[in-house]
Amino acid sequence: MANVTSAKKAQEPAKRLEFSPQAREKIAWLYTRYPTRQAALLPVLRIAEREFGGIGPAAIECVARELEISPGYVWGVFTFYTHYRRETDGKYILQVCSTLSCALRGCQEIVRHLSGKLGIQPGETTPDRRFTLKKVECLGSCDTAPVMQINDDYHENLTLEKLDQIIDRLP
Amino acid sequence: MPYADYKTFEKVLTRHADQPGSHTLDFYLGHGGYEGARKAVTQHTPDQIIDIVKASNLRGRGGAGFPCGLKWSFVPKGSAKPKYLVVNADESEPGTFKDRVLIERDPHAIIEGMLIAAYANGARISYIYIRGEFVKGYCRLVEAVKEAYQKGFLGQKIFGADFSLEVTVHRGAGAYICGEETGLLSSLEGQRGLPKIKPPFPAVEGLFRCPTVVNNVETIANLQHIILRGADWYRSIGPEKGPGPKLLCVSGHVNRPGTYEVPLGINLLDLIDDLAGGIWKGRKVKAVIPGGSSAKVLAAHELNLSMDFDTLAAAGTMLGSGGVIVMDETTDMVSALYNLMRFYHHESCGQCTPCREGTGWLEKIVGRIYHGRGRMEDLDLLLNICDQMVGKTICVLADAAAFPCESIVKKFRPEFEEMIRKGKGHERRVFPVAGGPLIQIGALSRHNQERREEQHPMKESALKRAPAPVGGLHD
Ligand SMILES: Cc1cc2nc3c(=O)[nH]c(=O)nc-3n(C[C@H](O)[C@H](O)[C@H](O)COP(=O)(O)O)c2cc1C
Ligand code: SF4
Ligand code: FES
Repeated sequence: MANVTSAKKAQEPAKRLEFSPQAREKIAWLYTRYPTRQAALLPVLRIAEREFGGIGPAAIECVARELEISPGYVWGVFTFYTHYRRETDGKYILQVCSTLSCALRGCQEIVRHLSGKLGIQPGETTPDRRFTLKKVECLGSCDTAPVMQINDDYHENLTLEKLDQIIDRLP
Repeated sequence: MPYADYKTFEKVLTRHADQPGSHTLDFYLGHGGYEGARKAVTQHTPDQIIDIVKASNLRGRGGAGFPCGLKWSFVPKGSAKPKYLVVNADESEPGTFKDRVLIERDPHAIIEGMLIAAYANGARISYIYIRGEFVKGYCRLVEAVKEAYQKGFLGQKIFGADFSLEVTVHRGAGAYICGEETGLLSSLEGQRGLPKIKPPFPAVEGLFRCPTVVNNVETIANLQHIILRGADWYRSIGPEKGPGPKLLCVSGHVNRPGTYEVPLGINLLDLIDDLAGGIWKGRKVKAVIPGGSSAKVLAAHELNLSMDFDTLAAAGTMLGSGGVIVMDETTDMVSALYNLMRFYHHESCGQCTPCREGTGWLEKIVGRIYHGRGRMEDLDLLLNICDQMVGKTICVLADAAAFPCESIVKKFRPEFEEMIRKGKGHERRVFPVAGGPLIQIGALSRHNQERREEQHPMKESALKRAPAPVGGLHD
């Protein structure tokens, strides 16, 4: 919960966002797959995440309008889950698995190395908004520990050298 | 009972998993794909399928090991409500990564199993709930579903019969509790993933308050083989009361971590020593969690066990999700426990006081021992809290947190006492990052050959209790 938008910011009138026609088409298809509109909430948040580059108050407002449920409810659901991109997140979200199997194979060193390299603590974003560092729970890839997910991609069997290569080669 | 012979065992679920293109429909059809579902739909009645699955003694692979056929028989007959089938592909139990192999390498086997389960239970609408992190798996499933619709394996009049099925792949968004079946259903309805009180069980009142069958990916993947080869064949693999092929995931301090398909009933020592290549760096084993992080831990002298539902239950632990986490002699058990308690506290949904507060207290107290501020009374306090958590909550996440805590404190108590006595002076060491080759998914047969050089014969060594702790798993 490191970068939940502050209460002050939430009070500002959010700029109005609208889904693109392509997104609307996808959402219309989703409605045909579930007996209630609300059931489409998680997938619609995924669409919003892509459309708006991350989720914040304005995106929440837009999703709520679309699904005809209250923004407060959407916010409550959104914050229950940890894997959505927030509008305050950096371009690359570095999610280092910190659960037992990864810890047994040295994930602390991965976190420490990234922390030092980027100058941020877990939960923080670099000032240039390029990287967000997160410690996350088991990524379901314990056989290739230590593991990190950068945005959609898994990086497995990490070593410090490999880590440097991966980070330095990001476009 | 003699241990099933894992060496001559012919793989069933992952027999094609290491071949290129195994996820495509072309490959699948070229290897007998959809024949099990065809047979089920065209040659059997739904009740016959339920009877066959009951006779096979197939038990759920998601964690609880509940008999699959029995669960299906709870779905009310002749109810006017629609019935749903939901496949649990949330796979987030620490130490578990088997469903991922099936999802990424053999998605059509999941769809085929869904056809059989849906036909048997009268479900016409189904969902696959996959954890949000598995982006590649999600894409594979979406692609496979698309192919299946195109070739008429999904949709209307499947196999020319009066049977239809709709499948939608639904992505979660990062919450362990959405693996719990009622939490999953809440999440699928577009809510926070809050578990619900049972009864009513989902089979009676589940998704959108309609009868719903929830099964794990691996359970579903077994079905086609039971239909094609019969219940008798299935029961002949491993212990009769809980038979079948099983994917076991070995992680932690072994030479060859990975997913291994074995007959249930394999000896845990064979799994660790032989298949997983023994303990790394020539060390000895100290502790093993046999069934995902929610299972009670086994100490080094307790490992001569048959890996099956009933033997592990009798040994006071469980087969759970099949996630075997191995810890070597240098592992700091206080630190390992602290890591797990942080996990459960973070993942508790917060509805029940014993769980919300209990997991928090466990983390805090283990944390203070770890940070050198522990008191001797803390150990009994921990056990007392565990006692207050088990069996007192809406779902069993509270129990899942209490089991590892209670067992680690009881079995490694001297280590905790030593750390409390030494206080801040305790010396800690952090595990270095392991080197070694890249292994993509699972140590299926291909990977088994190409792994590290060292082999450590350790069957006897595993039985020797390892010496005192070092090593920390925290910053
Ligand atoms: C906290 C918790 C987490 C769970 N996580 C999973 C999971 O990730 N995957 C899964 O298949 N079952 C999980 N389960 C078990 C499910 O509740 C359920 O028993 C299972 O999906 C039923 O399928 P099966 O009968 O085929 O095993 C979990 C249970 C609990 C209490
Ligand atoms: S036991 Fe824990 S996770 Fe389960 S419903 Fe209660 S508070 Fe939520
Ligand atoms: S513990 Fe890190 S992927 Fe499972």
